[in-house]
Amino acid sequence: MLGRLLKSTELDTRMLGMAGALALIWLAFHLLSGGLFLTPRNLWNLSVQSSAVAIMAAGMTLVIVARNIDLSIGSMLGFIGMIMGVLQTDLLPKLLGFEHPATWIVTLAAGLVLGIVLGGFQGFLIAYLGIPAFIVTLGGLLVWRGGAWWVTSGQTVAPLDDRFRLMGGGPEGAIGAAWSWALGLLACVAVVAMLARHRARRKKFSFPLRPMAAEILVGAVACALILGAVAVADAYPWPIGSVRRYVEANHIALADGALPFIAHGIAIPVLIAIVVGVKMTFLATRTRFGRYVYAIGGNPEAAELAGVNTRWTIVKTFMLMGLLTALGAAVSIARLNAATNSEGTLAELLVIAAAVIGGTSLSGGAGTVAGAMLGAVLMQSLQSGMVLLGVDTPLQNIVVGIVLVGAVWLDTVYRRRASS
Amino acid sequence: MKKLATACLAGAALSLALLASADAKGKIIGVSWSNFQEERWKTDEAAIKAELAASGDKYISADAQSSAQKQLTDIESLIAQGANALIVLPQDASAIAPAVGKAVDEGIAVIGYDRLIENPSAFYITFDNKEVGRLQARAVVAVKPAGRYAFIKGSSADPNADFLFAGQMEVLKGALDAGTVKNVGEAYTDGWLPANAQKNMEQMLTKNNNQIDAVVASNDGTAGGAIAALAAQGLAGAVAVSGQDGDHAALNRIALGTQTVSVWKDARALGKTAADIAMQLADGRKMGDIAGAMKFSGGPKHVEMNSMFLIPIAITKDNLGIVIDAGWIKKDEVCRGIKPGAVKVCG
Repeated sequence: MLGRLLKSTELDTRMLGMAGALALIWLAFHLLSGGLFLTPRNLWNLSVQSSAVAIMAAGMTLVIVARNIDLSIGSMLGFIGMIMGVLQTDLLPKLLGFEHPATWIVTLAAGLVLGIVLGGFQGFLIAYLGIPAFIVTLGGLLVWRGGAWWVTSGQTVAPLDDRFRLMGGGPEGAIGAAWSWALGLLACVAVVAMLARHRARRKKFSFPLRPMAAEILVGAVACALILGAVAVADAYPWPIGSVRRYVEANHIALADGALPFIAHGIAIPVLIAIVVGVKMTFLATRTRFGRYVYAIGGNPEAAELAGVNTRWTIVKTFMLMGLLTALGAAVSIARLNAATNSEGTLAELLVIAAAVIGGTSLSGGAGTVAGAMLGAVLMQSLQSGMVLLGVDTPLQNIVVGIVLVGAVWLDTVYRRRASS
Repeated sequence: MKKLATACLAGAALSLALLASADAKGKIIGVSWSNFQEERWKTDEAAIKAELAASGDKYISADAQSSAQKQLTDIESLIAQGANALIVLPQDASAIAPAVGKAVDEGIAVIGYDRLIENPSAFYITFDNKEVGRLQARAVVAVKPAGRYAFIKGSSADPNADFLFAGQMEVLKGALDAGTVKNVGEAYTDGWLPANAQKNMEQMLTKNNNQIDAVVASNDGTAGGAIAALAAQGLAGAVAVSGQDGDHAALNRIALGTQTVSVWKDARALGKTAADIAMQLADGRKMGDIAGAMKFSGGPKHVEMNSMFLIPIAITKDNLGIVIDAGWIKKDEVCRGIKPGAVKVCG
């Protein structure tokens, strides 16, 4: 009965399995750490810690689906981060003045354009000159890391512009309780509207309909998850020091000397990651470009013969990857409040691992953006959880490595069963 | 430069004295660098070059680009070019042994620069890394004599990380045993990456419910990561934080009050002293006869060798003037974002 209902929701069982695994991991850490893991504070931290990798994993999914790979993103993150650091602390203050309100937006725009250009250039080498992606981006890994060093001869750039820093989270870098609820409700309405529209269209073309119970179940669970996440983010109060400073700065009179409860709400980097996830999912599943990418991944020759401009499509996947790398760079340096030339070291491996754990097939043609982002959260959960337990770094790396291989093994078993 | 010497930099003072005695002329000094990817070594190179140029000696060099393999051929090529003495910054302290043996056989003096080469015929010059750890701990204890301490250690793959930690523990042992200082968490920082230090600090703060009074971080990069995590909890400035290297960003943080101390190793003093010693050895002076040389056998294999240790300086809010006067950093870089009157050197 329950199984039939679950099946009638037409949800991806693979994704459900992953969510289940994540829940198990969280529960295990919660018990082992003596109730520290499933607290608003830790979950909020976890969401911020995962966001940069999740943003880039969304782009990596498309790159891998189209049978390519991008090894350069960690170095590119370092390079673009360094450029953005120098722009906002050195060049723009000279032009506009210190802490000018336009600094952050100019810096971000420049970074994003640079990301598209660098990614597009690599894509051009791969698609039009026929150099394997592995080699081009391996070269990029060396070139951009060298470039990151070159910008300031290895010096760390800090501190960054106050407005730019909001992209990295922290008490000020979160949108507060009221806005979080508003956005949560809006998302809920959007989910319900989407389900209704979907049903109406199926009816119009006389496609088989999902039973009403399944529709309601899906809508209710999605809404509960969204509002639950908002409630968790709103249950994490500002630290006392920040509240005190805020009260003093705004001359708020305290009735009984007790400090007010100010909620963090959803962090800005997490919001960025969510928007990226939604947009990329739309791009991958609802646009011609997305269809082409999966078609190329499934069978490049067939796609070419069917009239798909495969080369230009490949270049576009790398431009997207560059754009998202720049966004990841902005979040990373804003969070650290410093641009360092080592920023993003080994990030390419974390991002590829996230995509692969999330079900992206390295042989191309299969993979979802949401899965990759969930993969990023899963890996970060393992790392953060082990730090909470006091596990040392070498052992952490061993565990993460085993989980990566184990997850892919389970995936191949699942795929073999599903196809037979 | 004189000001620097008076500022308790024993090494620099020593090298000034050595300068008078060095009379090498037209000798060739070869330097084998491990990698120029770090900004740091360019500073050392400039100091060595300047010192050799001043006495009319020739500087030749090779960069091994982080490859122990390439460094072996580099050294052979430096010997072939007629070097009279070699300064070697080894990429891998053990793998370098055959090349050093070859140089010694040819009668060429070898100086292990900043990293230990355990060969009795080599000279070892470096900053005292344990002392760095001691200075870090002392500066933190001066601000927070008692309380809950967190330790952000360096990379577990780098032996220096353990030397630093050993130095820190030496100073804190009494207080830890007495219970006035409590170790509430320690973690290695994979690859010395600031972003990893930030994540570790966040988890430690969560675990201790923000009850942390001091963070003993091993260098300025990891200190920056820890401070970013503290800032997210509104604790930056309230918690004592140590560091090392005299990074420009860190010196600015010291002026701002979010970092307590950065232990500074003046790379130029190290380069200058090494060049002086190389010139003396090229002239045929015995290693044991070099002024200030002492016996050292604290390496992993306990080989006794001649060595010289320069003393690092702890830079705090009160002596920021030293780094500015030394020309290490410009005053407006240190004082960026400081209100007038808040910090002495910034005016």
